[in-house]
Amino acid sequence: MARIDLDSIRHAYGAAPKSDADYALKRVHQTFDDGGAYALLGPSGCGKTSLLNIMSGLVRPTEGKVLFDGRDVTELPTEKRNIAQVFQFPVIYDTMSVRQNLAFPLRNRGMRRGEVKVRVDEMLEIIGLARQGHRRARGLTADEKQKISLGRGLVRADVNAILFDEPLTVIDPQMKWELRAQLKALHRRFGYTMVYVTHDQTEALTFADRVMVMYEGEVVQVGAPAELFDRPSHTFVGYFIGSPGMNILPVNLDGATVRLGEHAIALPGAPKAFLAKKVELGVRPEFVRLGREGLPAEIVRVEDGGRLKIVRTRVAGRDIAIVLQEGAEIPADARVSFDPAGMNLYADSWRVELVGVSQ
Amino acid sequence: MKTENQKAWLLVLPVLVLVAFSALIPLMTVVNYSVQDTFGNNQFFWAGTAWYEQVLKSERFWNALGRNLVFSAIILAIEIPLGVLIALNMPRKGIGVAVCLVLMALPLLIPWNVVGTIWQVFGRVDIGLLGAALTGAGVDYNYVQDPIDAWATLVLMDVWHWTSLVVLLAYAGLAAIPDAFYQAARIDGASGWAVFRHIQLPKMSRVLTIAVLLRFMDSFTIYTEPFVVTGGGPGNSTTFVSIDLVQMAVGQFDLGPAAAMSIIYFLIILLFSWVFYTVMTRNDGPEILKAEAVAKGRAP
Repeated sequence: MARIDLDSIRHAYGAAPKSDADYALKRVHQTFDDGGAYALLGPSGCGKTSLLNIMSGLVRPTEGKVLFDGRDVTELPTEKRNIAQVFQFPVIYDTMSVRQNLAFPLRNRGMRRGEVKVRVDEMLEIIGLARQGHRRARGLTADEKQKISLGRGLVRADVNAILFDEPLTVIDPQMKWELRAQLKALHRRFGYTMVYVTHDQTEALTFADRVMVMYEGEVVQVGAPAELFDRPSHTFVGYFIGSPGMNILPVNLDGATVRLGEHAIALPGAPKAFLAKKVELGVRPEFVRLGREGLPAEIVRVEDGGRLKIVRTRVAGRDIAIVLQEGAEIPADARVSFDPAGMNLYADSWRVELVGVSQ
Repeated sequence: MKTENQKAWLLVLPVLVLVAFSALIPLMTVVNYSVQDTFGNNQFFWAGTAWYEQVLKSERFWNALGRNLVFSAIILAIEIPLGVLIALNMPRKGIGVAVCLVLMALPLLIPWNVVGTIWQVFGRVDIGLLGAALTGAGVDYNYVQDPIDAWATLVLMDVWHWTSLVVLLAYAGLAAIPDAFYQAARIDGASGWAVFRHIQLPKMSRVLTIAVLLRFMDSFTIYTEPFVVTGGGPGNSTTFVSIDLVQMAVGQFDLGPAAAMSIIYFLIILLFSWVFYTVMTRNDGPEILKAEAVAKGRAP
């Protein structure tokens, strides 16, 4: 196990990058603590797989350094980094049996036969393929093949880190929960450093202790799931995490008050002075109140989400989503107000601290 | 559900007629010749299996067949590994790909008799680049007089002409392997040999089966090139079955034995191809059966 530092990593796939737009990764400077469970969360094309491949050495960064426990490994090839990686689609060795597939990474590193057998037996139990051990891997289902891929990733006990690149894409939804729970259990038991790439917020939030949200080649926020939910540091995080995402309203700032159209909304505190072209107020649907006070709202539609319902409204020409309990009443002449605890102010998409907020 | 629609026959008919005229009727004519004797004037006498017995007992036939087998074995042993080796070293992207592919396709575009002519001239000791150069370098080379030189020339010619086919097939097989397999192999610490043995070779096995079959059938029926280069000589040293056959049928007008020989030759090729195919695809057998069983089991 190791701590992994990414030191000012920039990466461009084309030769001779000039502007920021040429970089798939703009500037990533992060630390992955030894034994931590991390998720890299972001939409397709945000650079999360590139970042993972840079950590494993499959891709050499254009600029910056990768450090394992403080040792510079940027120039080391993948096979010397002692790292495990599981890919989106199952990779199995067709000609080998399930056992041989699992034994392959161990044999390549010259482990003794007896030891290999012990490790492989243990891993077969963990991935639930003990009975298929001697079967040819080729004839198995996609689920089972991906379990073999996972098993090959987990079979080495001494790896510096285990990287997962959307490993559950091909797995049935039910099996997903089970495998994720198993990964989490393995993490608790062996304390691997794990990095899990996904675009699925549920997957990221349930798997990881710390989630790194990526957007257009940058890490926009790192935090525990609750932090990402309560205080998104970038409007993208607010929008991407949560269902539905945060309501983002363009406003004009006036001291500790913002103006949305002709309406004034009092903030829980005033921000420090800043310069910005664009000021926005972000409020999660869970912190919008529907009642008889506040701004006049027009109800557009109500979506039934099971235990909760989502009310889509228009306020001062803007769409605002509200999450209500199943039984909550929707008044005829509805007005909306915002819970001060859930108000976030954004200057040019980045969150600014409000002085005087009671947290 | 059973619908009778005889109109479908109309659509198949042209092909059936074409195949009948191009393959079935000639084959049947040959069968006809092989069991009869004729002295011209379109008069035929029943000969039974006499021609077959004659062919099977003749040393000439077995020698020619032996040459065919040795020739096929040699060129397969060279062309398949060489083709794979070249394909492994060809560039995967960039302008080099197009250049390599065109270079590889060139020999395949040349008509067979032209290939023969090229090598016939190329190997001549007086004016040929190869022959004259070797002679100039002090090597005792003369494909017209020395059987070994004749064989070497034919093998070299076939390798030059047909290795490209193996290369192109193997390259197509390699190009179909997703990057993730190579990445996973690097993660697993696999050696270059292990990558070849456990990823590239299994993924190429299907196209290589086709390559072996094509090259075997082609080389086993080889005619034009040795006919042009050596004409079967020196002596009978490069007389393959097909050359012998033509000599017998067209040269000596022994239609009966020639026809019997054709049938035997045809059956041997069929048998060998079947054996090759069965052996090389036997690994898939249980998988295919299983897949079928699953499909049947799940069918409503």
